[in-house]
Amino acid sequence: MNCLRFAVLTAFTLSVASHATLATPPDVSPVIVIQNATILTVTKGTIERGSILIKDGKISEVGPSVKAPKDAMVIDAEGKFVTPGIIDCHSHIAIDGSVNEGSISVSSIANTAEVLNSDDVDIYRDLAGGVTTANILHGSANSIGGQTVVIKLRWSQPAARLPFEGALPGIKFALGENPKRSNFSIPGQPKRYPATRMGVEETIRGAFTEARDYKHSWDAYNKKIAAGDKSALPPRRDLRLDPLVEVLEGKRYVHSHCYREDEILMLLRVAKEFGFKVRTFQHILEGYKVADELASAGVGASTFSDWWAYKVEAYDAIPYNAALMTKRGVLVSINSDDAEEATHLNQEAAKSMKFGGLTHDEALKLVTINPAMQLGIDKRVGSIEVGKDADLVIYNHDPLSAYAVVQKTLVDGRVLFDRDKDIAGRAALEKEKNDLIAKEKAAAKKSEEKKGEQPKKPEEKPKPPSSDRAAAPANGGAQ
Amino acid sequence: MPRQLVIVASLALLASVSAYAQTPQAATTYAITHAKIFTLAGSTIDDGTLVIQDGKIAAVGASIEIPAGAQVIDGKGLQVYPGLFDAVTQMGLSEIGAVSATVDSSETGNFNPDVVAASAVSPSSEHIPVTRASGITEVLAVPASGGFDSSGSRAVLGGQASAFSLAGWTMDDMQIKRSVAMVVNFPTIQTRSFDFATLSRKERPYAEAKQEFEKNLNELTDWIDRARHYAQAIGHGGPSDFERDVKLEALAPVVRGQLPVLVFADRARDIRNAVEFCDKQKLKMILAGGQEAYKVKDLLRSKNIPVILRPVLALPLEEDDPYDRLLSQPAELAQAGVRFAIGSFDNSFARRLGQNAANASAHGLSYDDALKSVTLYPAQILGLADQVGTLETGKIANVIVTNGDPLELTTDLKYLFIKGQLTSTDNRHKRLFEKYSNRPKS
Repeated sequence: MNCLRFAVLTAFTLSVASHATLATPPDVSPVIVIQNATILTVTKGTIERGSILIKDGKISEVGPSVKAPKDAMVIDAEGKFVTPGIIDCHSHIAIDGSVNEGSISVSSIANTAEVLNSDDVDIYRDLAGGVTTANILHGSANSIGGQTVVIKLRWSQPAARLPFEGALPGIKFALGENPKRSNFSIPGQPKRYPATRMGVEETIRGAFTEARDYKHSWDAYNKKIAAGDKSALPPRRDLRLDPLVEVLEGKRYVHSHCYREDEILMLLRVAKEFGFKVRTFQHILEGYKVADELASAGVGASTFSDWWAYKVEAYDAIPYNAALMTKRGVLVSINSDDAEEATHLNQEAAKSMKFGGLTHDEALKLVTINPAMQLGIDKRVGSIEVGKDADLVIYNHDPLSAYAVVQKTLVDGRVLFDRDKDIAGRAALEKEKNDLIAKEKAAAKKSEEKKGEQPKKPEEKPKPPSSDRAAAPANGGAQ
Repeated sequence: MPRQLVIVASLALLASVSAYAQTPQAATTYAITHAKIFTLAGSTIDDGTLVIQDGKIAAVGASIEIPAGAQVIDGKGLQVYPGLFDAVTQMGLSEIGAVSATVDSSETGNFNPDVVAASAVSPSSEHIPVTRASGITEVLAVPASGGFDSSGSRAVLGGQASAFSLAGWTMDDMQIKRSVAMVVNFPTIQTRSFDFATLSRKERPYAEAKQEFEKNLNELTDWIDRARHYAQAIGHGGPSDFERDVKLEALAPVVRGQLPVLVFADRARDIRNAVEFCDKQKLKMILAGGQEAYKVKDLLRSKNIPVILRPVLALPLEEDDPYDRLLSQPAELAQAGVRFAIGSFDNSFARRLGQNAANASAHGLSYDDALKSVTLYPAQILGLADQVGTLETGKIANVIVTNGDPLELTTDLKYLFIKGQLTSTDNRHKRLFEKYSNRPKS
């Protein structure tokens, strides 16, 4: 069965990949002009019936009309809407296996960048929902979780090509019920420290105290070496503390899972004590209660649209959260935490117009330029501007509507998702699958005849919950 | 700014009506005038009047006389619809998913036909006002139907589902029908599961899973057979020392064909098994879940089995399925002539019901069918169309007045009538929003 599944999947992957890249050889970026579109630039207003010229994977011109070379590939977007690619600030797609190193409460040694799986079909599904960039996080089982990586959804490219070039890496922290393991316990095992929010704070303080001492010993060593002391011995390397030193040096972003107002302020205090910045708070469902504190700390908030009540710390969650924080001056994004939710982040952003009265532009920013700024990649992506990466989505309707369907998604100026081609290719895929199954069945029958044994029937595979919607216990307190 | 003014104005208006809120008691008469009325029974009235009296829809049409003493609501520029009906929820049965003390949605044990949702619905649940503010006016609370709180296994005979309106002081006020359907989680062959103790996937041999499946199916058959005998016995008076069995008694209307079975199954194989079982046992089947209903659409149509579909905003079951497999399923079922509704299958996500219907429409389902899949169709499928689902004289006045398409994300609910009472859209979320909006700048 596994063999068959693999064969079918591989065939699927290859066929989809070939759709996407048919028009262009692998290493040549096509020149594309998108015409007659309503262009929602996000940062420079809306252009009715405008055009976008794409060259070398970048946006080369944007305006009511552009000078397109004769051989440019033309995409007529009459009646359609173009937005920058959706940026998901909290995702667990493309991770090979489990997202949580749930054994110890400081697991900074683990790194999602080392376990990227470019064959994960969720990459393609999220592309089909307009997502072009995602922040791939470790789970939330631990106070200090694993290292994180920002990827582009370059479907059909090898894993090594997924990371967003130059994007600062991050590290996942987690506060509250998940790291203190409120909602589950492992039978036969003693309760793990920390089991309270007080303990979570001390776990983080303890780790940074160690990291600061470790950094001092390295600084001292480097100073000696610089002074020409050849006899100096280097400190013992600590792979767990290295990423925390990077945090202290501002070379690695902290993305902290949290829910309650008190734990948010707690981490801001600890960060101040050690002189580092929290880059974003993730989920932050009670962020609206401390919006002013967040705004003055200059920290980003990446939240859900309307999730609530799945656990106690989500009971005060309100769908007005994103709007209220935005109006109080916080840089806010809406994230998915879930491969499916990611496929309609445009719709989730739209809810902030109804709940809290954000404008159309403000709502669209929640899933484009705002997450780009939170991830420090806004010079490259997040809006439609000349010189930026040609990461674009073409919708058949206003994207802030439940009726909008993605027609095409471009990453680096390549059409990696094309709805028409996807639909047109389905019959061939179905045939290929059936042929493979028939072949496998015939082979099984043959070997059955040989061995006189019953082949085992295919089985069903329930997927373990991988998101916070599953209220923590499922994967050890996922996100 | 004008937009904000409108919001403020409408908030003020709703605040002023919230005193009426909650529940029917006074026989108040309302007339909504000059509105566009989507009756979902015949054609839409562009400039019509809807009269509500004694909790019921008293009149609807283009030229309706306004009864004396009616409170008139100017519906100019507004649209009137029947409230949405969420056909599978854990409403009132679950408050905070992770806290078992607040969860009453799944009884332990495998055969609990006697338990009834209505007995455990908490009228004070914060989910009720939150949900009705999204335009949902009635729901079916379904025991053993999953949701966030279903950490364990779900009973094969899960109990009885209850329909109720989303406002009232007690369940007696709210209840539309106490026993609407008997929940059956149809036995399935599960070889893989997630083990919460070790946080890892567990796998067991196929033979073992099949054995459990057969055991459950045999037991289910046995329950139905015993219920049939029991029903016959009580039908014939029975001896004076006849021993009452509340579980078999609960199943009696099922075997008599009076109470439908709401059968949860998603995979084609399980659906086929369930259809075969219900056919053989002559049970009135409603399929719930149905993620692979498209694979057995001819069977479902020929047996006239309706489906309550899970949310269409869901990833395909198989990695090589088309990415929009579940989004496009309603359109495919409609074309094949299979009757269906869409449910949230949840509690805190119930308010995404309209969004799901709209997404089905965006993927090929007609708008008319999309709207009816969360209003009229659930009412019809659950046998409640004589009471709710359309704006027709005599039906319960569960009515929403909006400034646009009720399935769209940005549409505002302007007036909400539940059982004929102008009902507040205030809720926990709005209150917290207002409280913290007014927090002084620090």
